[in-house]
Amino acid sequence: MMQFAVDVGWGTILAIKTVVVLAIIPLGAIILGYTFLLKMMAHMQSRLGPMDPGGFHGWFQLFGDGIKFIQKEDVMPAQSDRRIFAMAPAVVVISTFLVFLVIPAGPDLVVSNLDVGVFYALAVSSLAVVGVLMAGWASANKFALLGALRAGAQLIAYELPLLLAVVGVVVMAGTMSLQGIVEAQQNGSIFGWDGIGNPFIFGQIIGFVLFLVAAQAELTQTPFDMPVAESELVAGYMVEYTGFRFLFFFIGEFGTAFAFAGLAATLFLGGWAIPHVTDPGWSNVLGPIVLLTKVMLVAFLMFWVRFTYPRLREDQLQAVAWKFLIPIGLANILITGALKVAF
Amino acid sequence: MSVDFAVDRQAWRHLADAQVNVELDTGDMILNLGPQHPATHGTLRLVVRLDGERVISADPVIGYMHRGYEKLTEFRTYPQITTLINRIDWLSSFANEVPFLRGAELLMDIEAPPRAQYIRTILTELSRIATFMLFLGEMGLQVGALTPPFYGFRDREHVLNLIEAATGGRFHPNFNRIGGLKDDLPWGWINECRSGMKVVLDACNTLEELVAENEIFEARTRSIGIIPPDVGAGYGVSGSNLRASGVDWDLRRDGKPYLVYPELDFKVWTHPDGDSYARYWVRLQETREAARMVIQMLDRIPSGPIMAKVPRIIKVPEGEVFVETENPLGQMAYYVISKGATGPFRVKIRSASFSNVSILPWLLRGVYVPDVITILGSLYFILGDIDR
Amino acid sequence: MADDLEREQSGAAEEVSVEQQLARTDEPAAAEQARADADEADTPPTEEQAEGESRPLDDTEQELLGRLERELGEGIVESADAFGMLVVRVQPDTWRRAAEVSKRELECDYLSFISGVDWQPAPREGDEAGGDTSSPVQPTEMTFGVGGSTGRLQVFAHVESTKRHWGVTLKTDVDERDPHAESWVTTYPGADWHERECWEMFGIAFDGHPSLRHLYLPSEFEGHPLRKDYPLLARVVKPWPGLVDVEPMPGESADADTSADADQGEGS
Repeated sequence: MMQFAVDVGWGTILAIKTVVVLAIIPLGAIILGYTFLLKMMAHMQSRLGPMDPGGFHGWFQLFGDGIKFIQKEDVMPAQSDRRIFAMAPAVVVISTFLVFLVIPAGPDLVVSNLDVGVFYALAVSSLAVVGVLMAGWASANKFALLGALRAGAQLIAYELPLLLAVVGVVVMAGTMSLQGIVEAQQNGSIFGWDGIGNPFIFGQIIGFVLFLVAAQAELTQTPFDMPVAESELVAGYMVEYTGFRFLFFFIGEFGTAFAFAGLAATLFLGGWAIPHVTDPGWSNVLGPIVLLTKVMLVAFLMFWVRFTYPRLREDQLQAVAWKFLIPIGLANILITGALKVAF
Repeated sequence: MSVDFAVDRQAWRHLADAQVNVELDTGDMILNLGPQHPATHGTLRLVVRLDGERVISADPVIGYMHRGYEKLTEFRTYPQITTLINRIDWLSSFANEVPFLRGAELLMDIEAPPRAQYIRTILTELSRIATFMLFLGEMGLQVGALTPPFYGFRDREHVLNLIEAATGGRFHPNFNRIGGLKDDLPWGWINECRSGMKVVLDACNTLEELVAENEIFEARTRSIGIIPPDVGAGYGVSGSNLRASGVDWDLRRDGKPYLVYPELDFKVWTHPDGDSYARYWVRLQETREAARMVIQMLDRIPSGPIMAKVPRIIKVPEGEVFVETENPLGQMAYYVISKGATGPFRVKIRSASFSNVSILPWLLRGVYVPDVITILGSLYFILGDIDR
Repeated sequence: MADDLEREQSGAAEEVSVEQQLARTDEPAAAEQARADADEADTPPTEEQAEGESRPLDDTEQELLGRLERELGEGIVESADAFGMLVVRVQPDTWRRAAEVSKRELECDYLSFISGVDWQPAPREGDEAGGDTSSPVQPTEMTFGVGGSTGRLQVFAHVESTKRHWGVTLKTDVDERDPHAESWVTTYPGADWHERECWEMFGIAFDGHPSLRHLYLPSEFEGHPLRKDYPLLARVVKPWPGLVDVEPMPGESADADTSADADQGEGS
């Protein structure tokens, strides 16, 4: 527990942490959205992106977008199922919030250090599927329905490669707790050399690539964005949503991207840990900054792929998952297990 | 580049589906793609009947942009009609005027001077490059890549700047007159054009690397929407679409000679597959070929007048003439019936996209919804060309 | 000064005359056309002529006509040349046969278009004295074009061969009181849309067409727009105001000629 000058109970600390996480989700979404969606995508496409709002390279753009969305009229299709239509975005954001609860930003900066952290994170991230299906069905719109059905099939199919990629890490670390995995990377060594600890990306390079591909599909980003195919379904399951509810979906999408990048950074790149910095005081201060850097690195890779590749068709997407990624994941686990036992 | 017949993949896919569809008895869904839809290039409405994600039947509904050109031409003089027909295919607008003016000039027995013919041909090829650069970029967008259309637009700007420098208008230059052109080229234009063509060739290389050689793009376009050559010809599919099915027919080389194409040395590109990838590939090669043709013409452009002796009020003698040209979208033809007045009696405008789109009901049976978008993108029609 | 600029821009120094350019081409069809044009004055016309046409058929056209006559025989009414293109008018009951013959014997696998012509002169809304300058003045008596016609309505089509690089225009007459023609859908599948458009624009029904419905116009549209007695709706809604507020060209005085046809100046 952290030492405070004043003695506060665990309930207060939990409340503070929850509020911080609730603030981080939209903030993280805005940072990711601005840096990659607005600026990096623009520069890749030989244009500039927003330059005016806020003065310096348009940093205020997304904040302004948020304000715009909040003040919009709440429109619902006449034939939609009102309660489910209203609940769907909330389900997606709640699932993102639940994933953030276990990602550590420092030795003490985690809301809940579960022993089954990894298992829990992947389990709750699949709640978003329910939200997507609710949105598509309740919209009373055939395009939304097509998008939702595609999303349902896709998100369920790519849960497995995600899981298999992570099992290799769990085998190497010996624990499912995320703090434990970070500490295993910080204290570990690569064939005896402990200069930078043992970030699992070296040992689990296949797992890392697998995780990134599966995360790309879980986030319905190109090349796996059939559910949201811009040129066909124009936003797919989100097509009937405007204003505040669409803002929720947007925050959910980029917040989940932040969460998955955070998971990848924690599982493969060492999380908040800096090699040879073991003093908890320093780690608690520098940890979030280090984690943010690693998250931006992973997100850079994800968004780079998003803006370059065309999208796969639904059946090709499923073929990639079932016939390609899952066998590789299984092989990865076999090899990891064998090597772990041998060495 | 390997060109292989990938027809077997089609057969395998249907075989795998056959077992699943037996047990499920689901109803059909009617989906309206359009008339407002980002993939349909304008106001085209496709009423598709879907079984899950597979199309059972597709019925295109056109006419949302019908402006009644053939009726309008009966009430206009020849120079006024030039302004009208510019807007049929609005991306390569210069090319629309060429067959009509050739028809009028044939009827009047007037020949535009050689310099005017060269400049007309150069501008026609520039408009072909402009249209195809847009296609090369936005075909990537149809299959989901967000970046290629920006590269296509960026490099297309060079060509549009050239057209604007010569004619004063980027899209609808209205530069042609019966018997020649309105004005001569500005000073320095020829060198600008040469460097512009180098930019175009570089852009073609970039887009080939980014789009044509991308594995996902190939997976999305190979063996999708195969048009057999005899079926295509029967429907009237023309231009790059038919050449992508292996038919070696280009009106610049094989039709009645027009403009300065008989003097030029150019290659006609064909591809044996006939799928969407072939159509993309053929247009890529034709863009390069057009740039090379422009460079050839810039080296040989003669000096001289740019306007033949034409009476102030144009009265075209009685007669009928049929002129067809190889426009960027396909074969465009005008059948002009004149009765000696200042305007025609009847003009039949044969536009390429009309026939290209008429094959859709046949072509779209049994494909997936994403493939519908790919096929629509690869056929490359312009709504103004369909609806006139 | 303009000539200096032109010479500066272009690479070639010599002027090329139109006749030399024509003679320099080595495209066989162009040479053939040039020869045909040159011979036109010397050889007497050998085929039946439509009114106003005096061009003989060149070799390609004679070959095509020969093949058509072998198969259709009595079905051909007239044939003529129109600037290098063969126009053949057939009897209404051989229209479908003509399509099949074109596809098989003439190897014309490509359908360019099928459409209609209404030869009746358009009724003038106003007259010259009334100042109606809305459209060019057309002759008021009914004349027919290349290949002739028996009546007001005709259907005409153009087919081409992608392999032999030749084409032919076929025409047939349509009875005005009961306008119908045979459908080409079984031979050329593309005829589907062309015949739908022809029906909705001219009112010519096509026997054997699977579903003759509107293509461009809304389903409840009444009338057949491309017929000459169907007015241009824009003129009916608001009559043409004539020339108003004409800005004089630079250099011309304000009372320059206001001729009926307000076209742009051509390089004056």
